[in-house]
Amino acid sequence: MTRREESNRYDGEILSGSERTSEKVYYFGMQEGIRLKEMLNSACQCSLVSRVVIFGGTHGNEMSGVALAKHWLKEPSELQRKTFVAEPCLANPLAVEKCVRYVDSDLNRCFSEEILRSPESESDPYEFIRARELYQKYGSGSCLYDFIFDLHNTTSHMGATLLRCSADDIMSLHLANYLQSSSGSQSMPCYNYLIDIPKKDNVYLQNIGKHSLCLELGPQPQGVTRADVLSRMRELVNCGLDFIDLFNQGKEFPSFETDIYRVLSRVDYPRDSDGEISAIVHSGLQDKDYVPLKPGHPIFTTMNGEDLLYDGETVVYPTFINEAAYYEKKVAFISTEKVHLKVPALKLETGAEHNGTLQ
Amino acid sequence: MFRSTLKVLQQSSLRVKFFGSIHNPLGSVVRAVLPDPSSVYMLRRWSLVRTPGLAVNMATSSSHSAVRRVAIFGGTHGNELSGVLLVKHWLKHGEEIARRSMEVRPFITNPKAVEKCVRYIDTDLNRVFDNQSLSGDQKGKVPYEIEQARKINSLFGPKGSKNGYDVILDLHNTTAHMGATLILENSRDDFTIQMCKYIQTSMAPESCAVLLIEHPGVKYATTRSIAKHPIGIEVGPQPQGVVRADILRTMKNVVNYALDFMQYFNEGTEFPPCSLEVYRVLEKIDYPRNESGDLGAIIHPSLQDQDWKPLNPGDPMFITMDGEVTCYEGENTVYPTFVNEAAYYEKNQAFAKTEKVTLMAQALRL
Repeated sequence: MTRREESNRYDGEILSGSERTSEKVYYFGMQEGIRLKEMLNSACQCSLVSRVVIFGGTHGNEMSGVALAKHWLKEPSELQRKTFVAEPCLANPLAVEKCVRYVDSDLNRCFSEEILRSPESESDPYEFIRARELYQKYGSGSCLYDFIFDLHNTTSHMGATLLRCSADDIMSLHLANYLQSSSGSQSMPCYNYLIDIPKKDNVYLQNIGKHSLCLELGPQPQGVTRADVLSRMRELVNCGLDFIDLFNQGKEFPSFETDIYRVLSRVDYPRDSDGEISAIVHSGLQDKDYVPLKPGHPIFTTMNGEDLLYDGETVVYPTFINEAAYYEKKVAFISTEKVHLKVPALKLETGAEHNGTLQ
Repeated sequence: MFRSTLKVLQQSSLRVKFFGSIHNPLGSVVRAVLPDPSSVYMLRRWSLVRTPGLAVNMATSSSHSAVRRVAIFGGTHGNELSGVLLVKHWLKHGEEIARRSMEVRPFITNPKAVEKCVRYIDTDLNRVFDNQSLSGDQKGKVPYEIEQARKINSLFGPKGSKNGYDVILDLHNTTAHMGATLILENSRDDFTIQMCKYIQTSMAPESCAVLLIEHPGVKYATTRSIAKHPIGIEVGPQPQGVVRADILRTMKNVVNYALDFMQYFNEGTEFPPCSLEVYRVLEKIDYPRNESGDLGAIIHPSLQDQDWKPLNPGDPMFITMDGEVTCYEGENTVYPTFVNEAAYYEKNQAFAKTEKVTLMAQALRL
C-alpha cells in the first residue's frame, strides 16, 4: 500500500466516526459556527486504542525521554494497563549513544511521504533509514499504531507543552485535556499546542500514528537529565495511559472548551551580511514563553545594546524562545495565537467495548 | 598527601607571617591559606592572623611588572556561546575592550568546534595543554585540538616561558547554577588573587564565586595555562548552544572589570593586602552506575541548582528511577559545584566537592 493510499484510509477512518466531511475541518472561532454546532451535538466515536507506543530519544540529547524509554525497556510493568500494554521505543539509538540531536539529519523532520516512499539508497542519511524502519514497524498497513507518544525536551520555558500536529485528532485533544485537568504542576503547567498543517506536509514522527501527542517539556539543557522534568514527564505519560485505559473501558468523555496555542509564524534572529546572528533574544522576552507579546515590546538586543521591537499589529504568544536546536533552523521563537476551542464529546465506537482481557 | 602539604603550608605561612618574616619556605610570595573560617577550630586560627593586624601589615607588598599583553579566549568549547559571541563581537569592535596601557587580543580558540556548535571535534581542547601534547612528538594523525593547542601555544605562550602572555581570560559557560565564577589555578598567585578580589567587589551585589582547581587529581591542563596569570570565567546556567542576554551581560561585566583592574594596576594604583574566600576543589563525584556503566541514578532534586550551597552529611545527592536515594556520607560539610553540568556526563562527573578556604594576598603594586 502506498503512503498516499495509507493516508487516505487513515483520514477516512477518523471521519467515519464523526459527522465531518473530507474537506479541511475547522474547529476554530465563530466562522464555522454552524458546523461546530452540528459537531457538538453528537459525540465523536473512535475505535479501541490497543496499540500504543512511547518514543524517547527521537532527539538523542533530550534526556527525559531517553532516560524514561531506557528505563521502561528494562522494566515495562509501569506501562501496563487493564486494556493494553504500551511499548517503549528508543527512536534514534545512534543519536542517543552519541548524545546528539541527530547523526545526519533531524529524525523528527524525516517522516515526509517523499522520504518514507523513496527507495533505499546507500547514500541515505542514517535518519532516513531509521524513519522508514519506524514507519514499517509502527505506522503502516496492519501495523498502524493507535496512539503515539513522542517525548521531547526544550531549552525554552515551555512547561509541559502538549504538542499536536493534526487539528482533526479529537482523541489526542481529549487526552491533552485529561492531562491538563488531572495533573497539576505550578512550575510546569500544561499548554495545548497545535502545529496546524495538512497531513501531506507533516514531517514529524507523530505523523505515523493514528492518534498522537508529543510531550515537549522544558526548560532543560541538552544532554542534562533534571529530576524535576523527568518526574513531570513520567507523571504525564502515566496519566495519558490511564486516559486511554478509561476510554477503552467505555468511559465517555464529555465535550469541553479549551484554549489552544496555534502556530502562526517562525521568527528568525536578525543577521548580518555574512548570515551571522547580529542580535540575541532580549532579556525581556527570554523565558516568557506563552506570555502575550504586545506590539512595541523589545524582542532582540544587538551586541551594541540596541533594542529591537516587535513591530507586529496584534498580540501574539511566543513559544520555543531561544531553543538551542532552532539556531540552525533559523528560528529565534515561534509566535502563536490563542484560539478558543469547543471540542465534541468522545466515546468508544458502539460495539467495540473492550472485553477486559489483554490481547 | 595534598591535605598534609596544605597543612604544612598553612602553618608555615602563619608562622612566617606572624613573625613578620618575608621569607616563605614554599614560594617567593608570602601568603596564608586558611580553611573555612566558619568552623570553630578554624575560627580561632583565623583570628590569630586577623586580630594582631600585624600579619597583613607587616608583609611587604609584592611588585609585578606591568601587564603588557592580555588575551581573551572564546570558543574553547564551541557550544558555550557567551564567550563565542563576545569574542566574535570584539574581533570587529575592539574599542570595547581596548585599554591604553596594554594590548588586549580577543581570540577564538576552537574555530571548527564553534562552526559546528559542539564542545570539541576530536578531544577536549581545555585538557590538552600538557607538555607532552604541546611538544609535538605524538606519532600518527594528530587530533584537531592538539594541532590547535600547539598553534595557540606558539601564539600566546610558550607555556612556562617569560615570552608568554601576561594574562589570559578564558570564557566558558556551564549548565550548572554557578552564577559568575572565576577559576583560579594557583593559590600563590597574588596578582590573580588581587584581580579576583577586585572583580568580586565590583560585581557585588551579584555573586561571583572563586573556584580554586589547584589539586593534583582534579587539576587539568587548561588552554589558559600558557599565560603567566591564567583565569577562567565560567558563567551559568546556560544550556549548550544557547546565548542568554543576562548571562552575556554578566560575562561582559566580569571581563571589563578584569581589564579595569589591569589598567589601574598599570597606572600605578596600589592594591592593599586582601583575603579572598575561595572554593577549593576536593574531589569529583561520579553518578552511580549500573553493571553496564550506564547511569544508575540522577541528581536528586534537592541538590539540583544548589551549587555553592552546603551539602551536609546525610543530605540526598542522587535518586534512581525507582525512587531510591543516595545520601552524602562524608564527615564534613562540602560545597558542591558544577552540579549536573551537561559536558561532564562523559567525564564521569555528577558534581565536584569543594571546601571553603581563605587565601591571602600581599599588597600589590607596579
